[in-house]
Amino acid sequence: MAVRVEAIREVREPSRWIRAVRDFCRKRPLGAIGAAVVVLMLLVAVTAPWLAPYNPVTVDFGAMLAAPSAKHWLGTDAFGRDVLSRLLYGSQTALIVGFGAALIGATAGAVLGVGSAYFGGRIDLYLQRLMDIFLSFPLIILALAMVAILGNNLPNLITAITIPMIPRCALVTRSSALAIREMPYIDAARAAGFGHARIMLRHMLPNVMAPYLIMLTAFLGQAILLEASLSFLGLGVQEPTAAWGLMLRGAAVEFAEAAPWMAVFPGLAISLAVFAFNLFGDSLRDALDPKLRTL
Amino acid sequence: MTHRYRESRLILAGCLALSLALGIALTLPAMAQDKPRYGGELVFVVPSEPPSYDAHQEETFGVIHPVAPHYSLLLRVDPFDKTGTKPVGDLAESWTISKDGVTYTFKLRKGVKFHDGSEMTSRDVKASYDKIIFPPMAMKSLRKGAYAAVEAVEAPDPQTVRFRLKWPESSFLLNLASPWNWIYKADTLAKDPWWYEKNVMGTGPFKFVEHVRGSHWVGKKNPDYWDKGKPYLDGYRAIFISSSSAQVAAVRGERAMIQFRGFTPADRDSLVQALGPKITVQESAWDCVLMVAMHHEKRPFDDKRVRRALTLALDRYQGSQALSRIAIVKEVAGVQVPGTPWATPPDELAKLAGYWRDINASRAEARRLLKEAGVPEGFAFTFKNRGIPQPYEPLGIWMIDQWRQIGLNVKQEIIEASAYHPMLKRGDFEVAMDFQCGFIVEPDLDLGRFLTNSDANYGKHKDTVIDDLYVRQARAIEPEERRKHLRALEKRLLDEEVHVLYTLQWHRIIPHSSKVKGWTITPSHYLNNQLDTVWLSQ
Repeated sequence: MAVRVEAIREVREPSRWIRAVRDFCRKRPLGAIGAAVVVLMLLVAVTAPWLAPYNPVTVDFGAMLAAPSAKHWLGTDAFGRDVLSRLLYGSQTALIVGFGAALIGATAGAVLGVGSAYFGGRIDLYLQRLMDIFLSFPLIILALAMVAILGNNLPNLITAITIPMIPRCALVTRSSALAIREMPYIDAARAAGFGHARIMLRHMLPNVMAPYLIMLTAFLGQAILLEASLSFLGLGVQEPTAAWGLMLRGAAVEFAEAAPWMAVFPGLAISLAVFAFNLFGDSLRDALDPKLRTL
Repeated sequence: MTHRYRESRLILAGCLALSLALGIALTLPAMAQDKPRYGGELVFVVPSEPPSYDAHQEETFGVIHPVAPHYSLLLRVDPFDKTGTKPVGDLAESWTISKDGVTYTFKLRKGVKFHDGSEMTSRDVKASYDKIIFPPMAMKSLRKGAYAAVEAVEAPDPQTVRFRLKWPESSFLLNLASPWNWIYKADTLAKDPWWYEKNVMGTGPFKFVEHVRGSHWVGKKNPDYWDKGKPYLDGYRAIFISSSSAQVAAVRGERAMIQFRGFTPADRDSLVQALGPKITVQESAWDCVLMVAMHHEKRPFDDKRVRRALTLALDRYQGSQALSRIAIVKEVAGVQVPGTPWATPPDELAKLAGYWRDINASRAEARRLLKEAGVPEGFAFTFKNRGIPQPYEPLGIWMIDQWRQIGLNVKQEIIEASAYHPMLKRGDFEVAMDFQCGFIVEPDLDLGRFLTNSDANYGKHKDTVIDDLYVRQARAIEPEERRKHLRALEKRLLDEEVHVLYTLQWHRIIPHSSKVKGWTITPSHYLNNQLDTVWLSQ
């Protein structure tokens, strides 16, 4: 009997991941709300073709500048395109650019940071000065310069947003990796004759995962904001593609008084997405940072 | 009966007299309003600054708007002609044209003085036109090509100027009314041909006071202006504001009375809503048009069936109605601005490809042509557009949607404004937006770009028939003959070969303070800026 009770307990005991999620939600409700919004955004982006009531690029001159109604829940733009449909499809653009840029930027930054810390000496010196040069430019200015050089299509836009993120992540991961470099197990790996790549990838990178994840979530919000800013300036995604920043420019500015819904809803979407990623990122940092965890 | 009849006649006469008195009483103030009033300073916004002060070398309205009031022309476009195509004398008092059409003789006004007090003579006119047509080495003259027919400019006596042409040219007289051809002083040009780049001195209705770069330009009344009684204004102040929202705010806040280039429909509506009767709106078809260049050396645009399909897809009539609410475009037009002497009548226009009234039939034909040319459903290409909001962006969105409706999948690439022209010149495109803005509506000036050897033939078509028709229309003296050649050229350009694709004519909207009188809108924002006829009602 006792054995059976033990067995049931074992079955009912939730997995480590579920426990972690449950703890996260309980201890950090704001972060959980952020995470929920992020998950919702992901779902919306994936299901946009089924959710959107209209084709986001179809011009309908019969419905130009229509106010929100039962037919068009969030109204239409100056070309009669449904604002809700463009918002839903716009989430795809935001997340593709956001995840693309943040993932590549944070990963490249982490590899460079770990490499810089591991090799030290002149390599570290030159790499860090290079990072300092990049860091001396504001994020938006560097992205603008990149778009001007590369041209403004989607892959170039992701590249332009990625490049300014690399040095920021490299700096953070380097400081963590510097401490790890001095650990006995790294010395042991060296003594065992492991190659540089194996030591860095197998033994150092996994140990900088916490700052990496924090930077990644922080960059997601920034990348979405940067994409929207560049698109608003006409340097990002191009019409007729649905993108939140793009929805804020042109006719949305000209008709801001007569048709405020054209600017209000995409503006809200950008704010909500960035806010959600920031909340989630902050809470994740609190949860993963051992110093904060002990406080 | 007689008494009653007399009584009713008396009552009728009384009523008539009363109505007459009332009519006069009501009309008088209006008549007084129409009589020019002297005094006041006209304040207007200029969206860009003059790169130099020499109009012979410049091509931006940023020079014309603030600087033109200081100068006179040999001929000018009638400031009250809404078509902007009627030449009248400015410094020329009268003129004769020889029977063979190759000698134009102008008699100049007497007593015209430069702002330095010296007298203007035919030497000055000759020197100015020599600078334009035969510029000194290393000096650019943007419009010398427009005077290729001129063999010589002569000044046989101080009051006479003669132009001898190599061949007759029907547009020559109107071409002399070009707003860029300011008359400079011969002695000054002889000393330094570049003097006018940085200095101002003409015979115009206003004298130069100051130019503060980035801020304003000020002119004051020329008391010695040749047209006695003019100008009506004491002076003018041009304020430079590049941001369109700030321009609208300046007019709305009554810090400026007018901006001579044009506002968008949304700006117009917001100004009318805010200022009511304090604002007067003048509108006109604008001598600017966006065209689509299709690269004739790139497949499948080397096939005229594909080019024809692209134009057939556009519902210009619906586009005109809808886009005119949000963009500075409106009229459906052929190669000339509607309402001007050489414009295509609507019935004839409707016969050209892309102008059919039945859009379903038009798109069905477009699909058939694409299929016949082997272009598959969903065929993708990139449309390059210029990074300027109005009207490039709305027109780009509209066209991409129209092309989508015949099964084409078009991606738009926006090129930054300064890099756009070099891109067109390099031919680095499949399909791209092309643009033209004229200063006078005249076929010779507007159609030269479609000649095979023209620098502006970005699509790189080779068509000797177009070349021949252009020369024929340019040299036709009889209007009917010229019209016939023009229609043939237009049909070949837009219908048979579809070398380019015209979108919609721009639409010029000038909402200005109701105080501003004596200014008439024309299809060109380069015309009618001498301000001698302008006055302020308050």
